[in-house]
Amino acid sequence: MDWQALALSLRLATVTTAILLAVAVPLAALLVLGRGRWLAAIEALAALPLVLPPTVLGFFLLVLLGPRTAVGRGITALLGHPLAFSFDGLVVGSVIYSLPFAVQPLVAGFAAVEPSLVDAARLLGAGSARIVLSILIPLARRSLVAAAVLSFLHTVGEFGVVLMLGGDIPGATRTLSIVLYNQVENFDYAAANRTATILLGLSMAALAILYSKREKRGSAGGRRA
Amino acid sequence: MLDLALYAQRGSFKLEVECRFASDWTVIFGPSGAGKTTLLRLLAGLDRNAPGNSRFEMALARVVLDGRILTNTDQGVWRGPGRRRTSLVAQQPSLFPHLSVDANVAYGLGNLDRAIRASRVAEMLELVDATDLENRSPQDLSGGQAQRVALARALAPGPRLLLLDEPFSALDGTASDALVDRLHLWLRTNGVQTVLATHDATDAFSTGAEVALLREGRLTALGPAAEVLQDERERIALRLMTP
Repeated sequence: MDWQALALSLRLATVTTAILLAVAVPLAALLVLGRGRWLAAIEALAALPLVLPPTVLGFFLLVLLGPRTAVGRGITALLGHPLAFSFDGLVVGSVIYSLPFAVQPLVAGFAAVEPSLVDAARLLGAGSARIVLSILIPLARRSLVAAAVLSFLHTVGEFGVVLMLGGDIPGATRTLSIVLYNQVENFDYAAANRTATILLGLSMAALAILYSKREKRGSAGGRRA
Repeated sequence: MLDLALYAQRGSFKLEVECRFASDWTVIFGPSGAGKTTLLRLLAGLDRNAPGNSRFEMALARVVLDGRILTNTDQGVWRGPGRRRTSLVAQQPSLFPHLSVDANVAYGLGNLDRAIRASRVAEMLELVDATDLENRSPQDLSGGQAQRVALARALAPGPRLLLLDEPFSALDGTASDALVDRLHLWLRTNGVQTVLATHDATDAFSTGAEVALLREGRLTALGPAAEVLQDERERIALRLMTP
């Protein structure tokens, strides 16, 4: 069992989820509360990783963050090392790759909050930040939990972006799904079975917790009167 | 003193209103669909026209309260809701379901000192006769109680203009009369101008104020209740006399 890879996968997923929530909450609030045609473009861009092959995303990021572009050279100069083939690079790739899994539940949750409540808050002098923190997040907390769980699981399971952008460096970019790939490639099916079972169990357990909470709330009469 | 000029269109509905409400208590009287809610929302600064996602095609909007410009589309002025010292109590109380009654009332009090906030909340709840509801959750309130709490919440920040959209529909007759009398006195003492929209002629009579008749988005009459509602009064009297 490659404990180092498991720890790396969990660390990557934790960091990615934290960054994603910080990015996705204001983004989802903007999409729900904002007005203007350009919002449709932003929404489409935020949903793009959903349909884009991970290898395509990984390839573009590899090129963008590499020494061929000014952005890549700038980041290398800033950090002292290139982002590609490093843990930090994986975080960048994972955040972009899992963005829709954080944004979409939040948009659905925020949009389900009664517009009259948002109006009432506005009339009482609340600005957008206060509306998000005091009205939208408390009333859409299930969506926030769903966004966090889905982002985490999606990051744990990602493969294409990691392989393209991170390669296979033990302790830095070798995640559990890469380990699984290596084990299968080496015909070590017993080890691959264990690795796959861990990934499956992790996903099932997290989803079961997510949905059982939903069940309890639903039977208590919903979240709003 | 409230001066307004609102020319807006949504689909086939046109709102064309230009007038001055000089009384401290004006009743906008009209049937459902006359544009009362639309008018109040525009006065409150909601439903601003924005390119790409417009609820209204706004030809002109001008709202001046006591000489202070709240809206003037010609000059590109549109003070946001919450920045025009205007409160709106809608037909639906829209209390924040995750906050207790006192937290709802305190919501608009911003960064005031805790003790001042608490005393202001207590004062408002007493005004609407809801002191005993302080710690309740909005889910546990009746329609009338929720409406009274919504009124307290709207008054707490100290508005100069109070907009009421059929606010007493959920209250029973006697409770409503007593509340309106007390509210009327309080608003006058505190210098709050009130605009109340209703389709119920008795609401308009009970307050004995200036009445604006609104039909299909247009103002057809403005004046003392006794004059403007002459026809309504005769209609009600006739109905009461007919066995």
